[in-house]
Amino acid sequence: MDLFLQQILTGIANGAIYACLALAVVMIYQAIDHFNFAQGEMAMFSTYICWALIAGGVPYWLAFFATIIISFLGGLAIERIIFKPLHSAPVLSHIVVFIGLVAIFNSTAGAIWDHNIKTFPSPFPEGSFGGLIGLHEVGMFFVTLLLLLAIFCFFRFTRVGMAMQAAAANPDSAGLVGIRVGWMLALGWGLAAAIGAVAGMMIAPIVFLEPNMMLGILLYGFAAAIVGGISSPGGAVAGGFLVGIIENLAGTYIPAIGSELKLTVALILIVTVLLFKPNGLFGKTIVTRV
Amino acid sequence: MSHLLEVKGLEASYGPTKVLHGLDFSLERGGVTTILGANGAGKTTTLRAISGMVTRKGKIELDGTELVALQTADITRKGIAHVPEGRGTFVRMSAEDNLRLGAYSRSDRAGIAEDIERVYGYFPILKQRRNQQAGTLSGGEAQMLAVGRALMLRPQLLLLDEPSFGLAPLIVQELFEILKRINAEEKVSMLLVEQNASLALDLADHAYLLETGNIVISGTSESILENETVRRSYLGY
Repeated sequence: MDLFLQQILTGIANGAIYACLALAVVMIYQAIDHFNFAQGEMAMFSTYICWALIAGGVPYWLAFFATIIISFLGGLAIERIIFKPLHSAPVLSHIVVFIGLVAIFNSTAGAIWDHNIKTFPSPFPEGSFGGLIGLHEVGMFFVTLLLLLAIFCFFRFTRVGMAMQAAAANPDSAGLVGIRVGWMLALGWGLAAAIGAVAGMMIAPIVFLEPNMMLGILLYGFAAAIVGGISSPGGAVAGGFLVGIIENLAGTYIPAIGSELKLTVALILIVTVLLFKPNGLFGKTIVTRV
Repeated sequence: MSHLLEVKGLEASYGPTKVLHGLDFSLERGGVTTILGANGAGKTTTLRAISGMVTRKGKIELDGTELVALQTADITRKGIAHVPEGRGTFVRMSAEDNLRLGAYSRSDRAGIAEDIERVYGYFPILKQRRNQQAGTLSGGEAQMLAVGRALMLRPQLLLLDEPSFGLAPLIVQELFEILKRINAEEKVSMLLVEQNASLALDLADHAYLLETGNIVISGTSESILENETVRRSYLGY
């Protein structure tokens, strides 16, 4: 029973990582209506910026918020400079650009900050909660919930949040009600980059900072977003914890999986959910009568 | 009556294919004008050209303001509300959120709340459906929502693209009666594109007949109704 409880808590701790990144995935999905495969690398790059600021003597929280602002502007710039000219190009072109961005961010980070693993500070005190779960993980859990609340309020209660969803779902109609669709996309990119930065800065103290830190985690982030429902920020967070817990329990109790094949669990979850519940466990079913 | 919209030499194309070949027409303030024509004549494209949704050349002036250089969102903000072909509601959002988004470019909260009630006054069924996802509405309800959303802009000019499409005759009749009321009560000018010529001529005071991207006949609805060609080809009697 102790082992079981321990695995659940470890699952929740890992889940907090996935949930955090899944929020960034949902954000970009709300803005551009598809995934951004470079999301993880962008988050990694943001984390390096924060690391460099801290290494340069800037206090943690100042560096934290400066990184969020820099990432927001960076995301905005990526949309305006790279994606705006590709506006009417097919989705496949966008995907090729995403892959290009992955390579660019990954190698640029390596070139500037080298490939050696770096430690990244946690803003939360050291130690653990009753010896079961680290205080950083507990802190991260609450940061994720705070982020979720902010995103929920943004989409539900602000004009801009609603306009952003409208622009993503139906750009033509959005223009016809006076929404400047191009800027909504840019704003979505900016917000997704900013949320990704928070995720990166929360994840880095656990997995250590290096250019490839996000490769596996992004896949879990996608799994979390899909399991929970790509249209629902709350679902994505729940999905994150669910993926974390299932992955840990499967790794512990199914000998064939062990710790080696844990990532496979995420992939199996993605496929299973897409097969049986394409809108995710908590996603809104989109009904359109014709 | 002075002209609200003045269009001169309007050309529009989709890629290399030119669809409108230099249209000249004008809309009277407070009036209802209809553009009739067969499939592929360029009716929808004319509306899309006014709203800046296709590549276009020529002059389009709303109250003296040139629109050709502007983007869709800015044209909308000048007071032109376009109810597009296929309704274009935001299907994942509730009916009321759709209405709210119709007023996106406005900032007068009290006025917006008032106008939502006014739209519910014209379309009581929307009030019942206010929290329902727009995608679940029936065709008639969705069309009413699309018109309601356009009204939320408090437009000077309403562009209507085949509002009768795919609707049962009774619903169409109801919808057109409400459009008539809106025109009279709100003083909104309308440009209506319709395949159903008798319906359109009944609502409109002016009409243009479009054939393969050119205006071939224009005049008051009465004169068009008496036109032999129109009667034979578009009214079927």
